[in-house]
Formats: sequence, C-alpha cells, structure tokens
Amino acid sequence: MSIETITTDVATAPASEPVEVSGTRKLGPLGWVCITWLVAIVGAAVLAPILPLDDPSESFGEIARQGPGASGHILGGDSIGRDMLSRVIFGARTSLLIAVGAVMLGLLVGGFFGLLAGYVRGRVDTVLTTLFNVFLSIPALVLALSLVAVLASPDPAGQDSISHTRRVVVLILALGIVTVPILGRITRASTLSWAEREFVKASEVSGARPSRIIFREVLPNVLPAMMSIALLGIAVAIVAEGSLALLGVGVQEEPTWGNIIAGGRRELSNDAPHIVFVPSAAIFFTVLSLNYLGDVIRARFDVREAVL
Amino acid sequence: MSASFDPGGDGEQANNGVSGVATPRPSTTQSRRLLDVTDLRTQFRTAKGMVKAVDGVSLSLDRGRTLGIVGESGSGKTVLSRSIMGLLPKRNVVREGGVVYDGKDLLTASANEVRDLWGAEMAMIFQDPMTSLNPVLRIGNQITEGMRFHLGMDKGTAEKNALSLLREVGIPEPERRLRQYPHELSGGMRQRIMIAIALACGPKLLFADEPTTALDVTVQAQILNLLQKEQRERDMGMILVTHDLGVVAGRTDEIAVMYAGQIVEKAATTTLFRHVRMPYTEALLKSIPALDTPSHTRLEAIPGRPPDLINPPPGCRFAPRCPYAQDRCHAELPPLVEVEPGHAFRCWYPVGLSPESVEQAIAAQAEAEAAAVGADAGTATTPVAETGTDEGGN
Amino acid sequence: MRTTGGPAPSRGRAGRPCGPVDGTLVPVPDENEIILERKAQIRERLNLDEPFPIQYAAWLGDFVTGDMGSYYRVTDEDPVFDRAKEALPVSLQLVLYSQILALVIAVPMGVLTAYRAGTRFDRATNASAFGLLALPNFVLALVLAYYVGVWLGWLPVDGYVNFADDPGEHLRHMVLPTITLAASQIAIYMRLLRSDMVATLQEDFIQMARSKGISDRRVLWRHALRPSSLTVLTVAGLNVGALIGGAVVVEVIFRLPGIGTELAQAILQRQYVALQSFVAIIAIVYVLVNFAVDILYTVIDPRIRHARAGG
Repeated sequence: MSIETITTDVATAPASEPVEVSGTRKLGPLGWVCITWLVAIVGAAVLAPILPLDDPSESFGEIARQGPGASGHILGGDSIGRDMLSRVIFGARTSLLIAVGAVMLGLLVGGFFGLLAGYVRGRVDTVLTTLFNVFLSIPALVLALSLVAVLASPDPAGQDSISHTRRVVVLILALGIVTVPILGRITRASTLSWAEREFVKASEVSGARPSRIIFREVLPNVLPAMMSIALLGIAVAIVAEGSLALLGVGVQEEPTWGNIIAGGRRELSNDAPHIVFVPSAAIFFTVLSLNYLGDVIRARFDVREAVL
Repeated sequence: MSASFDPGGDGEQANNGVSGVATPRPSTTQSRRLLDVTDLRTQFRTAKGMVKAVDGVSLSLDRGRTLGIVGESGSGKTVLSRSIMGLLPKRNVVREGGVVYDGKDLLTASANEVRDLWGAEMAMIFQDPMTSLNPVLRIGNQITEGMRFHLGMDKGTAEKNALSLLREVGIPEPERRLRQYPHELSGGMRQRIMIAIALACGPKLLFADEPTTALDVTVQAQILNLLQKEQRERDMGMILVTHDLGVVAGRTDEIAVMYAGQIVEKAATTTLFRHVRMPYTEALLKSIPALDTPSHTRLEAIPGRPPDLINPPPGCRFAPRCPYAQDRCHAELPPLVEVEPGHAFRCWYPVGLSPESVEQAIAAQAEAEAAAVGADAGTATTPVAETGTDEGGN
Repeated sequence: MRTTGGPAPSRGRAGRPCGPVDGTLVPVPDENEIILERKAQIRERLNLDEPFPIQYAAWLGDFVTGDMGSYYRVTDEDPVFDRAKEALPVSLQLVLYSQILALVIAVPMGVLTAYRAGTRFDRATNASAFGLLALPNFVLALVLAYYVGVWLGWLPVDGYVNFADDPGEHLRHMVLPTITLAASQIAIYMRLLRSDMVATLQEDFIQMARSKGISDRRVLWRHALRPSSLTVLTVAGLNVGALIGGAVVVEVIFRLPGIGTELAQAILQRQYVALQSFVAIIAIVYVLVNFAVDILYTVIDPRIRHARAGG
C-alpha cells in the first residue's frame, strides 16, 4: 500500500487473503519477529532521552559522511557529522508520534462518523458518505500537502517562522484528516453488517438507547476491522511523513526519518548513501511489521468491505 | 418411462452419416470392452485427515452399454466418475487401483497421455449447465475448440461440424446460436449444447454426471432421450451418474448402487428392480413415490446420515441406518459377492435370501480366485486382469 | 524600483522619491505602494472580496471556457494553461508506462501463482510482493537513482526529454521513474489477479474446459483469465487517475516536470488558482479514464454488455 493508491487498495483488497497461504490463525514465528521489532523501535523511541545516545544535534567532525562503524558510531555520521544512530532513534520519536497521532485522529473522528453513518443510516448516512467520497476523490498526498501548506503558514514569509510543535501538530492534523474518510468508510461498512445481527436487534427491542447499543454492542465487533486498517494506516502515515519531508513541508528542526532521508539525498553522489538507507531501512522494517500484523488481524477477523 | 432399452444386446454399429466427420475411432483391441476399473480408491487430503471418497470400486463397461451409478450426495458417485476419467485436482489427491481404458492403463499413464484421451475418447457432461459453460466465450467457440485442438480442423470445417452437431442435439436456428453466449439460452438448451460439446470429437465413452438434476422436469425426459439416442447411434459406452432411481430405471443396462464410497449392489437393471437384495437399495426404492400411492401418504425417508469418510465404521457402512442390522453387520464389513449370476451385493442378511447363501458365495469366490492365481503363476502376468473376472465384472 | 531609466529620483515632498515623466518630476511609487496596488488589482480580478460560492462560480466559469487562471506574482502573471499543457503529457506518459509495465509483469505472475497456488513458488512470490509493498516509493526511487544512476551510471537520474525530440533519450530518462512507480502496482495487481483466478479456477466451466482435453495453458489464458480480470482492470484504471497527481514524490525526485511537480509548486507558493485548476484537470482525467474502464468492461464480459443493452 502506498499513499497514492491507498484508497483503491483498501477498497478492493482481496477479502481475507492472509499472507501465508496456509491461512494461519495464530501468530507464527514471523508474527513474533514483527512484534519484537515494533516493540523495540517504539521502546527506543519512547526511552530515547534516557538512553545512552549521543545528542542528535551534536556534530562530530570526524564522522561526517562516514559509513557505519566509523570511530565507534554504529551507524556512522550524516553530512555534518551528527551521529546517525541517535538521529534515527530520535527520528523515530517524531515520525511515530506524527503517524500514530494522525491515525488516532482518524480513528476517533472517522470511527465515530463511520459508526454513526452505519447505524443511523438514512440522510445522515448519505451526507456523511458523500463527505467521505469527496475527500477520497482527491489524491491523498495532494490533500495532505495542501492541508499542510494552508495550516502551517500564517504568512507568506516562509515556514521558518512557525514553531516545531506547531508544525508537528499541523502534520498530525493534515495526515489525520486524510485518514478520516478511509477509516470512516471501513467502520461504516463493518457497522452496516453488524447492525443487522440478532443481538443488536434484541438490544433495540429491549429499549436500550442507541448510544448504548452502538458503544456496547456494535463497537466491540467493529473494532478488529478498525484496528487492522489502523495498523496499515500507521504504516502509510510513516511513509507519508517521509514524502512530505521530501517535498519540503515536513518537520525542519528535529530529526524525523523523512527529513533525514531528505537531507541525505544530495549525499548519495558524495558516496555517503547510508544517510538515506539507514532511516529507509527503519521505515521499511516498521512498515513491513505493521502490514504483516494488520494482515494477520484482518485474516483472523475476516475484515471485508461490505457492498456499499 | 421409455421401454426401448436393449439389455444384453449387442447394440448397432454407429451411424456415422448422421454426425458428419467426427466419428469414434476404432478400438485398439478386438473386444467391445471399453473400461475395466479394478479396486479404485481415491482419497482427498484434508486438514482433518484422508477422506476416502472412493473406497475400492470395481466395474467394467462395454461399448453400446449404459451403466447407471446411483447414490445419495456424499456417496462418492461424482468422485468416481472423475476418478475414472482422471479429472481430479493435482494436489492433495491420492488415486490407487486400476483403470484400464481400451487396453491402456490410465493410472500409470502420463498427464499428457490422459489429457489426449479427454474429449477425443472420453467425454463428460456436467451437472449444472448454468455454471458449466464459460460465460465469456461464444457457443460456437466452445464447441469447436475441442475439434480444432484434437482433430486439427480449421475454423470453417469445425464450424460446419458444430452446426450439424447442434442440429443433431435438437437446437433450432443453429447458425444464430453459434454466435450467442450461454446466458442468452435456456437451461435445457444449454444442456443440449453441453452434450454437443461432449460429442464433438466423437468419444467412445461418455460420462453423464447428473445431467438432468438442474433442469425442469419437463426437460429432463427430453435430455435423457437425447442421450440415449446419441449413445445408440454412436455405439458409445455411457456411465450415467444420478441420485434419482427414476432416471436410470428405463435407460440403463446395469445399475451399481453406491454408498459411502463403495458399491453395495450391482445388477442388470430389471433384476435390481425386481429382486432387490441390499437393504439400502430397498430403502431407496421405497422412497420413490408411485403414481398410485394415495395422496398424503407419508414419504419414506431413510433416517440418519451417511458415515464419516475419514474414519468409516469397521462394519457395514449402512448398518447404523439399516432396519435389519444385526451384530455382525456392525462388526464386519461384508464383501461384494455375486450370489446370483450377474447380481452382486454387499450384505450379510440380504432381502429375500438366506445368510448362508452369502457365505457359500464368498467361499466359491475365494476358490475361483485361488484357481486364477494358480493359473497365473505359470504365465506372464499382464496389467489387465481379464482372467476369470469377466462375468459380472467385479 | 524605477519605472524609467534616467537620473536618480530626487526626493520631493514628504520624502517620497520622484522621477521625471515628460520633463516634470512626478512621485515614483515606492516598493510597498506597488505591492499594495498589485494586491488590490488581484483582489479585484479574483473576486476575493466576494463570498466563496461566487468566487468558485467565477473560477468555474473561466475554467470551462479554457481560462485556467494564472500564477499571480508581483511583477507578472503566468497563465496556468501553458504550464498545464507542458506538464500533462509528462505525467500521462509516466503513469501509462508504469501501468503497462506493472500489468505486463503482474498478469503472468498472477496467472502463474494462481495455477500453482499453495506451492513454494507461490508462497515465495507472495512474500516478495508483500515486501515490495512495504517499500516506500521514494526509498525505491533513491535506491534506483543511486545504484543504477550514480554507481553504475547506466541511466540518467533526472530530467525529462520530449519523445518528439529524442525518443531514445526520452525512454532512458523515463526508465527509472517508471520502474519506481510500477513496483508497488505490480504487487497489488498480482495479488488481486491471483485471488480472482484462484476463485475462477474452482468454477465448473473450468472443469468442463479441462475435460475437453485442451492444454492447461489454454485453459488458463483463454478460459480463466478473462472472467477474472475485472477487478484488476478496475483498480488499474482508478490508479491511472490517482497517480496523475499522486506520483508527485516520484516526479520531484526524478525532476520530471509533470502535473505532480506543478501541483507541489503551486501549493508551496500558495498559488491557489493554479492549484484549483490542476486539481480540476486531475479530476477530469480521472473521470475520462473511469469512463474508458467502463467501456472495457463491456468488451470483456458479454453478460455486462447485454445487461446494459437493455436485456
């Protein structure tokens, strides 16, 4: 899945096609490897300030553009000699923060509206679905880019004038808004199928309030579908952050995986490809793990987009 | 019910003029024997174990004769016809035993050799004409494909043949039909086209797998008549698989009744209906409503369900549902023996016969087999087990 | 800022610079004034004082008559249409090449893995596809650019050459971007096709085709492929539309002057009129491509053809 084609892939993904053809219902060894990686990277990101790492903004002249292993720096140095290992780990902090934040926003808003649309149906549903489709019809990256541009610059003087925090918030908002319609559609589809079930009808008949029914009967069943897409969504958001950084609108001050890569682009011809490839590898393994686990959940709970 | 069948008769020579160019090829052997199946076993590998869908079936068929295979769903009758032909999935299937077609061992032949026989020597008519025709290809295309592939015909000749085939199976406006798609035709017409496709390359052996189950009752008789006519005119051997005894009643020379992967009774058609021996067959017969049954008579169904094919019970497989079952039935699987000439069954306590006659027949068969083995020991063995097993075809 | 050549303006009343016009000293507008005046001019031109619906209607009216607006800068206006005219073919070529490449590889692979479903080959291929999907396109782009372009020096890593000018160079410049874009598509299409083919191969009519004795290859390609191809074609069609703008990162990395690049620039320079026009162009291409896919449906599946004809 890539952000350009996320809508089409999610919408038409083969129903319950697990990665392993043997259709494992339990987490194989590969699944545990993925979980281990994710735990490690998230753990490192969260604990970064207290880990024995070099300051990510401190330059050590001797390792500038040196590959992994130079002078005891495991992952080498970047163009001005900053330690790559610490930059990548601190980069994980910001990148993951943005990605997870965006998807949480998408889950909360998209999930809420999806549940609403799927349960209440009628005109509410029509309006919401139209809104979803309008947003989905704009190429996702373009939408994200536009939102960042609009939200991140109060004046035409340039991006330098806004703070790091504000920029992070803007990115979370922009990517979150992009994921809202996707999660909304999936949630709506899942809600539609669950709301027809007997136990929900039973609840209705016994006089329970709609909000109680939605949250106690329908939501727990819709959750696996949402979770599976959420994991995939985090993966896409990480990549999206990278894309936005390459386009020049990402975070500037603190390292993120995306801006390390962006900064390392010109070093490719200076024989220092590791600046690009180390964070790329981090992204690759994280996305791989998230995709795999998302697929496992999808296969286990048979997530399917119902006929809309 | 058509009474015009020809039990034990020799059949007539194929009327080649009717079907045009594609005629059955001459046999490689002098005999009229088309098919010899010996102890065929087919098992499917599943997560729960090996499903023994066909568990030791033996039969044989001559040209011009029709064998009916009757059984309920799950009896293995469809798997049997596919096993004989070889039309099974490639993986997770185990096939053992002997299948000899026209002198050629199909189980040891290569996939290519077997595929060469399909269409040209043996053909199958499938159950549901709605789903058995390719929805995106034109009818003409589907009929001529086999002819162009096997017989090397060019498009023009193949289409001419297709037209005459369509007329032969009774389809009006054949020119128009060639260009049409399956969904534009009715169920009966589609089944006729299936028959035309099956006959296109002039096969000698025809498998009809529940050819009328998915059709209207009014159309069923027409299709069955058509099949009978074609079989007669082309002197083909036909295996008619069905769950409906009514279908086989007037149209087969011999009937084999299947249950839980095994043949439980085999006899000439009239003999089976007049002197049914195996309780399962008796139950089947009793469950057919007759025209003169008073209205609102409760239909006799067979209670219970077919056995588990992964771990079949040690004794007779019908015993759990059999009204006459006794201890021995649950403990020991009765062998398929020919107690009366031409009539074999699998039961310790048959209908209308004494259990002793079964014992005697088993002993007699054992003797005959011992003698055959003795005679064989002195001569070179051939893969075709023709010695001493031609009567009744076990 | 001077409007004419001539002696440096001297300061007149209130300290404002003056310059000669027709022999007399006239106040020369200073920087800020010029900008303010220009702003007012643009405000007027784009109806920025009007409510949004009117602004949109005005833009729409202009757009459908061929006026896509301009890039509004202090000194000049740059018509969007000119840029769009240059950029659209570039993007279309990139997207078309990548879809063709993706389908050429994905279709046989999909057929093959469906035919050999469950074998080691199938599992290995599936795993590779999965890995390919996890690779962000910019990473692939940079990897290719570095290894093939810089290290091996086989292919150029940026720029665009018109086909009409030099077909050879044009293709050489498009190779890496096409491969980059096609990579994730291959994985998606292959899995989609495999899934549909596996389902189709269970159908009765496939058994019937087999029983005619025709070769497995024929069964796969002539009988099974057509009914299974609808999903892949739908998605490929949708992707053509989605990628016109969505391939912006690839275009930027390989410096291809396509719609994506123009879009990114317009957004970053906050040229909203240009942005609107480009998005409209993308939308139009999207609709046209979907139309074409719709027509393709009827060609592939005669049941749809007849249903639509009013059967």
